[in-house]
Amino acid sequence: MPRSDIAVTDSLESLSILDEHGNLDRDLEPQLSKARLLELYRAMLLGRRFDERLLDLQRQGRIGTFPPIKGQEAAQMGAVFNLRPSDWFVPAFRETAAEIWRGRSLESIILYFNGFNEGGLVPEGRKDLPIAIPVGSQVLHAVGLGWAARYRQTDEIVMTFFGDGATSAGDFHEGLNFAAVYQTPVVFVCQNNQWAISVPVSRQTHTPTLAQKAHAYGMPGIRVDGNDVLAVYAAAAEAAERARSGGGPTLIECVTYRVMMHTTADDPKRYRSEEEVAQWQQRDPLPRFAAYLQQKGTATEPQLAEMETGVMEEIQAAVDAAEKRMGELGDPLAMFDHLYAEMPPQLEAQKSALARELADGGKEVDDE
Amino acid sequence: MSKMTMVQAINLALRQEMANDDRVVLLGEDIGRDGGVFRVTEGLIDAFGPERVLDTPLAESAIAGMAVGMAIYGLRPVCEIQFSGFAYHCFHQLESHAARLRWRSQGRLSVPMVLRAPYGGGVRALEHHSESREAYWAHTPGLKTVIPSGPRTARALMVSAIRDPDPVVFYEAKGLYRAYREEVPDEEEIIPIGRSQIVREGGDLTMIAYGAMVRPALEAAEELRASDGVETEVIDLLTIAPLDDTLILQSVTRTGRAVVIHEAPRSFGPGAEIVTRLMEGAFYYLEAPIARVTGYDLIIPYFSREKWYIPNVRRIVDAARQTLTS
Repeated sequence: MPRSDIAVTDSLESLSILDEHGNLDRDLEPQLSKARLLELYRAMLLGRRFDERLLDLQRQGRIGTFPPIKGQEAAQMGAVFNLRPSDWFVPAFRETAAEIWRGRSLESIILYFNGFNEGGLVPEGRKDLPIAIPVGSQVLHAVGLGWAARYRQTDEIVMTFFGDGATSAGDFHEGLNFAAVYQTPVVFVCQNNQWAISVPVSRQTHTPTLAQKAHAYGMPGIRVDGNDVLAVYAAAAEAAERARSGGGPTLIECVTYRVMMHTTADDPKRYRSEEEVAQWQQRDPLPRFAAYLQQKGTATEPQLAEMETGVMEEIQAAVDAAEKRMGELGDPLAMFDHLYAEMPPQLEAQKSALARELADGGKEVDDE
Repeated sequence: MSKMTMVQAINLALRQEMANDDRVVLLGEDIGRDGGVFRVTEGLIDAFGPERVLDTPLAESAIAGMAVGMAIYGLRPVCEIQFSGFAYHCFHQLESHAARLRWRSQGRLSVPMVLRAPYGGGVRALEHHSESREAYWAHTPGLKTVIPSGPRTARALMVSAIRDPDPVVFYEAKGLYRAYREEVPDEEEIIPIGRSQIVREGGDLTMIAYGAMVRPALEAAEELRASDGVETEVIDLLTIAPLDDTLILQSVTRTGRAVVIHEAPRSFGPGAEIVTRLMEGAFYYLEAPIARVTGYDLIIPYFSREKWYIPNVRRIVDAARQTLTS
C-alpha cells in the first residue's frame, strides 16, 4: 500500500472584530441592542472594580487568598453573555465577572474568599456550579450536564471555563472526547491567559494554538482575541447556537492575559517581565469596549461615569453587607452541615462533642 | 422468589430500578452489547436502549466525572468500573467533587450517583484485578461505601444505593459473582445503607466481616461449634462507611471477644476503625484482645500465590481460638 494523504479537519479560524486600536470590522460586528451592550459593559466594569476591591480587602487582611481576574473580563463576559438562565454555567475559579453576571452575589464571593462555606451557596433556581479549584476537573461535569440536558430533550446548553494550564490535564482531553462522542451541547471556553502560575503557555503545549486541540476530538475549534468582547461574544454565540441546535460541542480559545498574580499568594515578578505585563495592559478590554460604545453613540462619557458610580456603590453595599454577615456567622457547628443529606450517627456524635466543648465555656481555639 | 447468582441479583436490581425510574442510567466500559465483562448488565441495553445504557470510551475519570454532571442535573447515574483496580482514576472526581458538591453548594446541589466496581481476589486474574482497597473510599468524608456479601444483600443494597441522595461506592466481591445461588425475592427488597446485620447468632464470640469474608467467617463459626462447642455470632457489616457500630457494640458487649476479618491489607484497613470503635464503646466488656484476620500489608500476589494471601477459614478459626483462650 502506498503512502497517501488522509483528509482530516485542520482548518482553524482566528477571530478579531474590535482591535486594540479601535478598528472595527463592521461585517463581523455582532448586532446587540443598546440595552444589551450597556449590560455587557456594566458586567465587565463590575467585574473589574469588584476585583480591585477584593485585592484591597485582601491586602488589608479583610479576606483571604483569591485569584484576580483583571484583564480577563471580555473573555468571560463575552462568552457567558450568550447563556440563558435555563442554561448551565460550569466555572473554574477565575470567572468572577461571569459568576456575578449569572447571579452570584458579591456578598457571597466575599464570604467565600474569607473562609465561610456559606459563600458557596448557589443562587436559588440558578443552574450554576460553584467554582472548581482542581484544574480541569470541572470540564467533565459540563459533559455530564450536557448529556443529561439532551436526555431530557431540552434545548439547554452548558458552558464551561478553564485556563490554558487545564488543557494539559487528562480531564480536559477526556471531557472533549466524551462530549464529541456523545455530541453533547457544551461550549468549552479556554481563557488562555498565557500563564499557569509560573509556567507560560509555550511550556504547557507544543502546539501553536490551544484551539486546534478540538480537531483531535472531531469538534470545531476557534481562536479569538480574548480581550475583544465583540469577538468573544460572536464566537460564543455561534458555538451556543451550534450546541442548542444539536450540532455538538465547540472549543473556543480566548487569547487573553492574566494581568495580576495567579492568586494573591503569588508573586509574578519571579517569573515574568514587567514589560510583558505593560504590553498587555495596552490591550485592556475595558477601555477598548468603552471607546467603541462612545464611538457608536451607545453611551456618552458622563453616562459611563455615572455607571461607574453606580458600580462602586453596589460594591460598597456588598462589602458592608458581607462584613455584617460575617460577624453573625460565628457558629463553628455549621462545619457539620451539608456533608450528607442525612447526618450519619458518628457525625452526630462528633458534632455533639464540639457542641459540648463550646458550651463548656468555649475553650477557644487560638488563631495563632 | 427465585434462586440467582450475585450477578443476576444485581442485574435484577438495576433492571427494576431502571423500569421504575427513568432517571436511572448506566454508563461504563463494555456494559452495553457485551453486558459488562462479568455480565452484570446483560440484556439491559435491549430492555432500555443505548440512551440509558452507555458504552463509554475507555476513560474512568471521565465516566465518574460525567456521572457527577448527570447527577447534578437530577439523573441517577450508575457507573460500572470494570475492576476496582482501575477505579483510582475516579478517585479524584469522587474525592474532589462527588463527595463535596452538596457541602460546597451549601446543600443546593447533590450527587446521587453510584460507582460499582468488582473487588477482591480469588478468580485467578491479572495484576490490578484482585485488590481490596475499600479503605480509600471509606476514609473520604461525603462518600458512602457499601459491600454486599451475596446475591440477596447485593440486590437489596443496590436498590438503596441507587435511591440514595448521596454518592455511593458499591464494591462487588468478584469471587462471589457466580459462587452460589441464593433465594432473592421478586418483589422489592431494601436493606438501608448504614445498617449491619447479624447473620449467625452466638454468645461466646463475635466475628465481624463483610463482602467475600462473610462466608469463610460462617464456615469458621460452624467449625468452632463442631470442634470446640463455641457459639459464634457473625455480623455482616454491609456498609463500611458511614460505619454503623450499633450491632457490633451490642454483640461484643455480650460476647466479650471479637475477631475482625477483611481481605484488605491490615494496616489502616477498615479493621483498624472497627477495633477502635470496640475499644471506645466496649472496652470494659472485653475478655481478650481483639484479633484481626486480614490480607497482609502487600500488593495481593499474582494468582499462583493469592490463596496464601486471602484470609481463609483456618486462619479465622485459629484467631478465634486464641481470642477464646487468652
